[in-house]
Amino acid sequence: MAMFMLFCMIYLIPGDPAAVALGPRATEAMREALHIKMGLDRPVWVQFLNFFTDAWTGDLGREVLSDRPVLDVVMEQLPHTLILIAGGIGWSVALGIPLGAWAALKRGSPAERIIGIASVAVIAIPSFVIAIYALLVFAVHLRWLPAIGAGEPGDFKDQAMHLILPSLAVGLGWVGYIARMVRASMLEVLEATHIRTARAFGLPERMITYRYALTIAILPTVTLLGVGIGHMLSSAVFAEIVFARPGVGKLVYDAILTRNYPLVTGGVLVTTVLFVLINLFADLVVGSLDPRVRSRF
Amino acid sequence: MSLPTVNLLTIRDLNVRFATERGELHALRDVGLDIGKERIVGIVGESGCGKSTLINAILGLLANNGRIDGGRILFNGRDLTRLDPKSMQALRGIEIATVFQDPMGALNPVISVGRQMRNIQYRSSLRNKEKDARSVAMLQRVRIPDAKQALHRFPHEFSGGMKQRIAIAMALMMEPALLIADEPTTALDATLEVATIDLLKDLQAGIGCSVLFISHHLGVIAELCDEVVVMYAGEVVERGSTSQVFNHPNHPYTARLLECDPARQAKRTRLLPTIPGEIPDLRHRPPGCIFASRCADHRSACQAPPPEIEVDNGHFARCIHARHHDENSRSRRP
Amino acid sequence: MGALGIALVVLMVAGAIFADLLSLYEPDRISPRDRFSAPSMEHFLGTDHLGRDLFARVLHGGRIALSVALSSILISLIIGVALGLVAGYGPRRLDNLMLLLLDSIKSFPTVMLALALVTLFGPSLTVVMVVVVLVTMPGYARIIRTQTLALKESEFVTAAISLGAGTPRILRVHIMPNVIGPLLILASMDIPVVIAIEAGMSFLGLGVRPPTPSWGAILNDGYAAIRESPWIVVAGGLPIIITTLGFTFLGETLRDVFDPRLDTRR
Repeated sequence: MAMFMLFCMIYLIPGDPAAVALGPRATEAMREALHIKMGLDRPVWVQFLNFFTDAWTGDLGREVLSDRPVLDVVMEQLPHTLILIAGGIGWSVALGIPLGAWAALKRGSPAERIIGIASVAVIAIPSFVIAIYALLVFAVHLRWLPAIGAGEPGDFKDQAMHLILPSLAVGLGWVGYIARMVRASMLEVLEATHIRTARAFGLPERMITYRYALTIAILPTVTLLGVGIGHMLSSAVFAEIVFARPGVGKLVYDAILTRNYPLVTGGVLVTTVLFVLINLFADLVVGSLDPRVRSRF
Repeated sequence: MSLPTVNLLTIRDLNVRFATERGELHALRDVGLDIGKERIVGIVGESGCGKSTLINAILGLLANNGRIDGGRILFNGRDLTRLDPKSMQALRGIEIATVFQDPMGALNPVISVGRQMRNIQYRSSLRNKEKDARSVAMLQRVRIPDAKQALHRFPHEFSGGMKQRIAIAMALMMEPALLIADEPTTALDATLEVATIDLLKDLQAGIGCSVLFISHHLGVIAELCDEVVVMYAGEVVERGSTSQVFNHPNHPYTARLLECDPARQAKRTRLLPTIPGEIPDLRHRPPGCIFASRCADHRSACQAPPPEIEVDNGHFARCIHARHHDENSRSRRP
Repeated sequence: MGALGIALVVLMVAGAIFADLLSLYEPDRISPRDRFSAPSMEHFLGTDHLGRDLFARVLHGGRIALSVALSSILISLIIGVALGLVAGYGPRRLDNLMLLLLDSIKSFPTVMLALALVTLFGPSLTVVMVVVVLVTMPGYARIIRTQTLALKESEFVTAAISLGAGTPRILRVHIMPNVIGPLLILASMDIPVVIAIEAGMSFLGLGVRPPTPSWGAILNDGYAAIRESPWIVVAGGLPIIITTLGFTFLGETLRDVFDPRLDTRR
């Protein structure tokens, strides 16, 4: 379905991609040649079919400027985006789960209220504003962390330092979502009969909280993150642009500015497929974590 | 009064109150009961009569808005109402163990049975292998087939009856002095119920513990228990040996409860008898007899709190109509 | 939280309405002499690279943000309600088709959708609004569909049908009044999302065209000069934060008051 919509988009793009790619000084013959190369001279349904079969075999066409296969170019940038999203997940889990659990355990306290309001706030504020402000405060003003790029290749520490701020911008909103969800499910689990049983067996409160309740309360986090990764993909585009990091988002953005359409469609297609796969994967992970679901596989 | 030395648990004048949004709820009033060593005592009463509150008060697990407002819970001579949370926790699971009503929800769904049983023994100095061996032995005692394998399985892989037997195994693992069983058979079907009752009886005899058995099933109580405590709206209205209470009910509530038991219906009928009226609002507890509003026999004297009258040796009823057994033979009630 | 939300929202709405009265300068007035001047009594939020007064631009940017938000949500509501009613009240096959359509729209990450549409039509305010409609509409359609399906089976609707009421009348009199509450709560919670989309696309240079004042565009201008003149991005970001926080706090409170069951997760 998504592929169909994509094709419609490319086909409907006003103007001639070949003309755009070649620039104003191109001759008619050059344009004709590129047309044939891109398959634009054939009837619509042939183009449509070609796009489908090609996409299925992993051939997304060639990029206009350097004539490299689109898939190669996109795949080259993909790891950067994935690392960024992984960093975002890292932040959101590392902050969201403890905050949510803490809020549930301190029910009715000022701490719970503050965590609740802060969660709503970080969910509400757009990630690119967070990105720009983080850049301004921590990189430009305080100079604690580097501002731009992904760091020296091969220098792990440098790369990690470059990852901190962008991934915070990607993950901060999800700290709020996860904290809220963990709080709610923790409160629910703490009411469960098996927690009462555990107390009646005299198990220490720490063991009950962390091993008996929290392990159950965090299970929905994985499903939530499955949804979240799609949104983080959006935030990652902004973070890549703000922090001038390489990645699929920046690739597609630059391709739009230079009207490099095969690259745009390729990038969008890959990320959308990725998005669907991630959701599927998240469901499978939930299955492997929860013994109640696991047995059904 | 029974001699306190032979009692494992003695409760006297226990009052429990809950703070609610619409005023304070007086959940238990002047509750008193005795559980002798190696005795099985049953508590009967409708839902909402305070059975669960009583258990939680004994276990020191009242909800945050609840508090004990006077009275004593003496366990082996120690007053549990004055015990700090740490000592209370040390008691739970070792000296007092509990089996709850809902076998589906009583076990942690994401931790294996073996692991949960090992966790219960966290206070023991045994090594994990020895703990597991004890778990297996205990599971075998409750007749779980293939007990060794069962350790690696998760609660959802067992049937309801098996889960309840595992819960019983866990409760009795540390050989407690007192087992509290909160409607352990209510969620099970009739055949399983009988089997579970037999199992409990065997285990009780084997371990030599006392049992506080809570149920609204009179037949089960009659079958299993040595003594019965009848509760109504947070008060103990009658207590005594099972035969005393069941054969010579002295409180009108007990009498009506026995009449309403489906198992005691002589004729097949579609309409089960019920007690007219409803439980009074415990936020505004009437000062006099708690059952007065539903009692066919109430007098003006019932406006004052009725005394607990000993009608027979160890048989008490909280009703002004109660008479000593000898007088009772010339009773006014048919 | 609710009071704070109302205060923030009133602050921003009043600023947008009285933008002309409150600002000392025209938002588009270029003044090369005043380029990159820091906040002062003359320019409360400083000026940008063209010497434009940022306070004036922020206030007028509020007009763009709020009018885009309100008008596109209104359009989205109309389409969403129509599709939802058709899906919920119409034949089964249409319902399935509609669900497939809504799900496939939702299967695109928002930014990718926006980028693809900009590629198609070029950057403009219209594209921003189309993106907003595509992102928010499925939610409205879904809630209307679910409620309609439930109400269709209810006794009072069956009674109305048996009394001979026609479909339009049933939809208008019996179904709409029952779905309007949750719908408006959902819409109010979408306002910050929409403001974020507008500002985000303008920040990328894919939204409103310069020199129209927009918060996102101010951020874009300021980003280029973030080292030398940090007040420009501060001026662009603050109104976005204030408005999204205000509407979110307000929406959360509304939801808790009117409909505790409505799920917050989108």
